[in-house]
Amino acid sequence: MNAFRKHILQPIIDCWSLFVGFGVTGKYFCNKLVTVHYPRQTVEEENLDTYGGHIELVGKPKDPAMPKCISCMMCVTNCPSKCLTVVKQKPPKPTPEQEKAMKEAEEKGEKVSKPKAPKNPAKFIYDYSLCSLCGTCIENCPTKSLRYSSNFYWVASDRKELKLDLLARLREQAKSMPASAPKAEAKPAKAEKEA
Amino acid sequence: MNAYIPQLIHLIIAIVACMLWLALNALLLVYCERKFAGHIQRRPGPFEVGPHGILQPLIDGVKLMCKQLVTPDGADPYLYWLAPMLSMLPVMLLYMPIPYGPVLTGLEVNLGLLLILAFSGFNVLALLLAGWGSNNKWGILGAARAVAQSVAYEIPLLLSVLAIAFMTGTLNMSEITAQQGAWPWQWNVVTQPLAFIVFMVSMFGETNRAPFDLAEAESELTAGFHTEYSSMGFGLFFMAEYGYMVVICSVCSVLFLGGFKGPIMDGWWWMLLKTYALLFVMIWARWTFPRVRFDQLLNINWKWLLPLATFNLLATAFIMKL
Repeated sequence: MNAFRKHILQPIIDCWSLFVGFGVTGKYFCNKLVTVHYPRQTVEEENLDTYGGHIELVGKPKDPAMPKCISCMMCVTNCPSKCLTVVKQKPPKPTPEQEKAMKEAEEKGEKVSKPKAPKNPAKFIYDYSLCSLCGTCIENCPTKSLRYSSNFYWVASDRKELKLDLLARLREQAKSMPASAPKAEAKPAKAEKEA
Repeated sequence: MNAYIPQLIHLIIAIVACMLWLALNALLLVYCERKFAGHIQRRPGPFEVGPHGILQPLIDGVKLMCKQLVTPDGADPYLYWLAPMLSMLPVMLLYMPIPYGPVLTGLEVNLGLLLILAFSGFNVLALLLAGWGSNNKWGILGAARAVAQSVAYEIPLLLSVLAIAFMTGTLNMSEITAQQGAWPWQWNVVTQPLAFIVFMVSMFGETNRAPFDLAEAESELTAGFHTEYSSMGFGLFFMAEYGYMVVICSVCSVLFLGGFKGPIMDGWWWMLLKTYALLFVMIWARWTFPRVRFDQLLNINWKWLLPLATFNLLATAFIMKL
């Protein structure tokens, strides 16, 4: 009896799933389309929030042109595609007076305080042509200085054009920020939450 | 001698009309397929060429014709180029005995059904030659699958058709139509529901349509038997596939759905309506069901369709004898 149920009855009952499938696709067929006719229409702002495009830097809340980045290299070491290049800043050259003071301190046997390098990176180059958009850099950033951008209007005819200077991009974004102040400020906050 | 001339003219007209009808159907079905797929996936489908992309299949055809014909290294050139033509040529013949109306029949033959079943077998040979001739391992695998599948699905298909032939006592398609009434409850589908189901399932297997499109499974075999074909070589296979679809749906509507007979005003429009309804079910199924595995495909056939069709045939024979 059990074998009959398993091998004969159940397959016949399972045939119903075919009609369920037809029902699902039939319903979708009658529903409204969800795509955008791109060149004639553009995507609405709200739909861009969840779009994960190439990565970009997040500016400091007080100074949007300055990234939160501290050049810790976590993103570079963790990137599986090796598409990030971060160059740390060098410490500023001490002025002759400072040098003199340092030498004096050394002679006295005191602790020398050399001028420290600023933490923010000198260069932050991102090669989109290599990136696999895995988001490992975003996850590993201790200062939450990276996020996905919502920039998808980006085409290039040459691979070299896909190399982005993210610092320059951040500066440009900061420049255009006052024009659309409320939106631009709302976005980083949301991105941080997601990160 | 003179007595044959009107017949000859009739035949030539029928052949030309069948060719035109085949080409028109191929264009129309490519468009329908893409539009249907688009709407099921909630996107517009082809949209740019012509209003709502209506010229898209035409442009696709022009593109296919303009592409270079490439014969792969190490392929057998004769078999390689014979295959697409062999796939295409018999299709025109298959349209001939289908009765689109009482007068609108290309070739009135007593063995119309047998003719269709016999010549549709050429497709298997074409797929085999294509796979074998293109010197490609995916091609050979696709060809092997195509043969195993077509041979397997031919049997329940034949058995279900045979049940109808037993019942009507003829292989003439016009005669089979004539024996059915105008109303849906007078059609063969009511007396032979099991044969209809078996025929419907075998139909997908015979025409290599999803979910049984294992001969050209693009995710497993890249494209199976037509991996190496470019331009019109591929185009001919494609047209032949749609041609076979139309033929088998027409046969199905003649055998089971009353052909050109309808509740009001008999005529070719009923035939078209029924054929296209079946075609849409086929397209709908393609975008609904995932592709089955090959052992599942053969299991469905040998463990379910074949016993069911045999049982149905025996039962029909028994009842007819009573």
